[in-house]
Amino acid sequence: MWFLTHTWIMPALMALSFLAILAVGKRLPKKGSEIGVAAVGICFVLALLTAGSWWQHTNDTGESGEHASGVLAVAPGAGDAEEHDPEAFSDVEQGCSRVVDEADHEGNSEKAEADHEGDTEGEEHSSGIAPGESASAESTAVATAEEGEGHAATKPVVRCFTWFDNGPADSSTITVGTMVDGQSVFMLVVVGLISLLVHIYSTDYVNGDRRYTHYFAFLSLFTASMMFFVLAQSTLQMIVGWELVGVCSFALIGHWWEEKPNSNAALKAFLTNRVGDIGLLVGMIILYFAAGRSFSILDINILAASGGISHGLLLVASVCLLAAVMSKSGQFILHTWLPDAMAGPTPVSALIHAATMVVAGIYLVARLYPVFFEGLSIAGSSVNLLAVVGAVTAMFGALLAFVQKDVKKVLAYSTISQLGFMVTALGVGAWTAAMFHLFTHAMFKACLFLGAGSMSHAAHHSFNMVDDYGGLRKIMPRTFWTFIIATGALAGIFPLSGFWSKDEILAGHGTFFSEGGNGTYHVMLAMLIIGAFCTAAYMTRTIWYCFYGEYRGVGTPHESGPRITVPLIILATLGAVVGFLNLPKSIGPINFPESLHTQFEQFVEPVGAYFPSISHAEFNVPLALFSLAVAGLGVLLPYLYYFKGGLAPIRDLSERNALARWGKNVLVNKYYFDWLYTDVITGFVKGPLARAANWFNAKVLDGIVDGVGAGAVVTGQWVYENIDQEVVDGAVNAAGTTATETGGVLRYLQSGRIQQYAALFFAAAALLAGVFVVATG
Amino acid sequence: MLLNQFLLLAAILFSIGVYGVIVRRNGVLVLMSIELILNSVNINLIAFSTYHGLGGQVFALFVIAVAAAEVGVGLAIVLLIYRNRRSVDIDALDELKG
Amino acid sequence: MIAALAPLSFLAQSATGNSFDVPANVVFYIVAAFMVFAAIRVVTTDNIVHAALWLILVLSGVGLNFLLLQAEFVAITQILVYLGAIVVLFLFGIMLTRAPLGRADDLDNNMRPIGVAVGLLLTAVIAFALIRTFGNDSLTFEAYAGSQAVAGNNRTTALANEIFGPQLIPFEVLSVLLTAALIGAIVLARRD
Repeated sequence: MWFLTHTWIMPALMALSFLAILAVGKRLPKKGSEIGVAAVGICFVLALLTAGSWWQHTNDTGESGEHASGVLAVAPGAGDAEEHDPEAFSDVEQGCSRVVDEADHEGNSEKAEADHEGDTEGEEHSSGIAPGESASAESTAVATAEEGEGHAATKPVVRCFTWFDNGPADSSTITVGTMVDGQSVFMLVVVGLISLLVHIYSTDYVNGDRRYTHYFAFLSLFTASMMFFVLAQSTLQMIVGWELVGVCSFALIGHWWEEKPNSNAALKAFLTNRVGDIGLLVGMIILYFAAGRSFSILDINILAASGGISHGLLLVASVCLLAAVMSKSGQFILHTWLPDAMAGPTPVSALIHAATMVVAGIYLVARLYPVFFEGLSIAGSSVNLLAVVGAVTAMFGALLAFVQKDVKKVLAYSTISQLGFMVTALGVGAWTAAMFHLFTHAMFKACLFLGAGSMSHAAHHSFNMVDDYGGLRKIMPRTFWTFIIATGALAGIFPLSGFWSKDEILAGHGTFFSEGGNGTYHVMLAMLIIGAFCTAAYMTRTIWYCFYGEYRGVGTPHESGPRITVPLIILATLGAVVGFLNLPKSIGPINFPESLHTQFEQFVEPVGAYFPSISHAEFNVPLALFSLAVAGLGVLLPYLYYFKGGLAPIRDLSERNALARWGKNVLVNKYYFDWLYTDVITGFVKGPLARAANWFNAKVLDGIVDGVGAGAVVTGQWVYENIDQEVVDGAVNAAGTTATETGGVLRYLQSGRIQQYAALFFAAAALLAGVFVVATG
Repeated sequence: MLLNQFLLLAAILFSIGVYGVIVRRNGVLVLMSIELILNSVNINLIAFSTYHGLGGQVFALFVIAVAAAEVGVGLAIVLLIYRNRRSVDIDALDELKG
Repeated sequence: MIAALAPLSFLAQSATGNSFDVPANVVFYIVAAFMVFAAIRVVTTDNIVHAALWLILVLSGVGLNFLLLQAEFVAITQILVYLGAIVVLFLFGIMLTRAPLGRADDLDNNMRPIGVAVGLLLTAVIAFALIRTFGNDSLTFEAYAGSQAVAGNNRTTALANEIFGPQLIPFEVLSVLLTAALIGAIVLARRD
């Protein structure tokens, strides 16, 4: 328990490391990197211990939490009384969640009675499948029963202190603290691990850089802010962490800001994120008021899951938050900053893509999942905004990766596409699959990025795989093999980790012939399968350009040193094996023993009143075989095309076929999104709009004016002679004289002397006030 | 004591302050006149707080603090004017004349 | 007797008959007379340093008024901040701008008649409105009594509870404002 209640040490340590590096880093023998590495190393060990402690905690809960499974895993709407069961939140400190506090208050009086009857009732519940409830809950009955078997309510460990207390204590207390449950613990491990490896890698990669110390300081701050975000107890803290992560990525993307494109990319990342941040703020404010003036995540989640917040409010809030997720996690249509963010140093890209920046968006959705689940009515529907955004991103992002020359850009679009997978998974209710994919993706994507960095290290800091790489297979065997393994994992080749997580996501949609647990999302399933095919294909293309053929760059490449290859090997190993952490219960006829299957799910997925009761898809053998076949085809086609020189019909297709050329142009221009933003939207006002106005002015208005003018000349002549000279001139002269005289008087008023104005102001105010007093009196 | 005796005293001070703002040419003197105005408002606030609780006193404290800030910035501006024009004569500042 | 002190005799009618009223009224009218005189001197004197010194008198009078209104803490703050800080700041300002230390006959512009007219007009309007609205209302101090009960018979404690309770956010914002003003003053006055 000590580790679970003292998680704040980790972000605090990293923040301290940031300050220490800035303060004394330059004077140390290794320019401050030793502080960063030591701090993140300690954090990683702490994160592992925390994870172990959580493991223990969950097991304890499983054994002693007799209330938990039956009571808390009920279908939505089945029990309003039960979710106030205080037992489920016995680890929540007083004051951190008003809902829990109130439940405690009510619970204490009833507890005495409950204790007497507790044993018998408890057993009824722990057998779980309370038949009456299942029957009444109809469509989710099966899911409820299944959850009852293996799951106990995992109690989040919440600790907080009051930051400030303004006014009556029940209405506006703002607390700061940590909320530790499976989700945050696993993210802590991911962040700690990736950050540690990136730190070690960076000591070699940016060695000799002009801002080496500054770089490590910001790596520390980056880690600190992500951990702060992950551990947030209140939505206010999440906002702070979110913005800190954004600032750090801004600083690191623009690390080499002397070159204009780099600082532009940093600005673009920051500004694009600002667009989404508006959504974040609005969404969080809505949730604050909706949950009865509470920033506590626990309050918001419990109320959202139990129907304590109206559906309309949840819908608006989740759409607002989705905007934030789209910008942070690079979802269409706010993804354009992510490929440009490759301007930063490669280890930073690895950190951003695997563990920190872009993952924050996914984490946000997962953290406030009841809001999205209820707000978007994920259960039992066949389309929702989250799933659509994710699926579109997954498919179109993967297509974009085909036309990139820069290996880092391929990986960037790959990340966009994989994040699309996660968002879709969240959108179809496959929460665990999304988190599991985040986990496996962190391993192999970090490995791929670091591998790309290793290659550019060899090829004179170029990332252009088409022009400067090639034939690196023999020269850099360690990089090659780790890259291959990570690629296989990304493409979803059995039995590497990506296969398991991707398949879980696909299964979460339901198959084409049966319904999924949370509704049927056939369209999204089809789009994701296309995305998976493209993923396998573009990665094979990347492998070809990087490692086969002849070396096309300058100089003699060489294998990188151990500080680069060791992290690669660690990540590749993890990328290969972590998939086994969440084996399905059974694959066809093979049944796995209970201690092996769905371990990740059991220890990460929250069960309890603060989480909606989602159903879990079973491993589906035909679907898995199909997706494996699709991935195999995705590898095979480019293999024939590049490695064997086959597939003559489609070679140079884009030069012969207009449609193909058009398609390629669209891809090369990134669907014209950048063009849309910079040229159309910003250019519209100054360009076409102005021209259109000009044209309208020149042709239409002038034509009318000319026509009118001709007529007017004729009439004018008559008018001039008869009316103008006689009537009007007289009036005009009179008016002119009057104006001159009035102006002569008034011009003394505009003296430019402030005090005169003040005198007028006060006099006028006094007069008006007098009029007012008299009139109302 | 009557409420009005304080309010009328404040009104007189206010008007004197306004007079000072209008007729004084020296920037520092104008600032002093503004202080008179602010103080008359404070008297009002305190007098009314005998009716409506301590909020008036709190606001008077706020006004005092804001006045301190105002004098600081105001004198800095006057200094800047003096440095640029060798004079703090407000009559000479007629840049607002179109 | 009190009626003889001032032409504003209607002010002296004691509505409460509190024994404190008579001496308090005496003090008030003496102080008020001094304050009005001093304030007029502030805006009419032809010596800048004297103006600052007359201002001290006015500000002290305001402090005394606060005491009469049983706002001791504000009175002390008034003396500390105004006499201790702001007047000193004014004297610095006078010195730094090389203002004439003796008599100077160009301190006023040519708008005296306008100023007098505006001032009298303002006084008249405000006085009319006040007399119409508040007439002979006497001070009650009931609101203070209410807060005394809360704060254990100590008005300063009650004031502190008010500031650091309901008014906390304005108070914090005020501290930000002061910082901003400080920085602004430095930026403006810096010689660069």
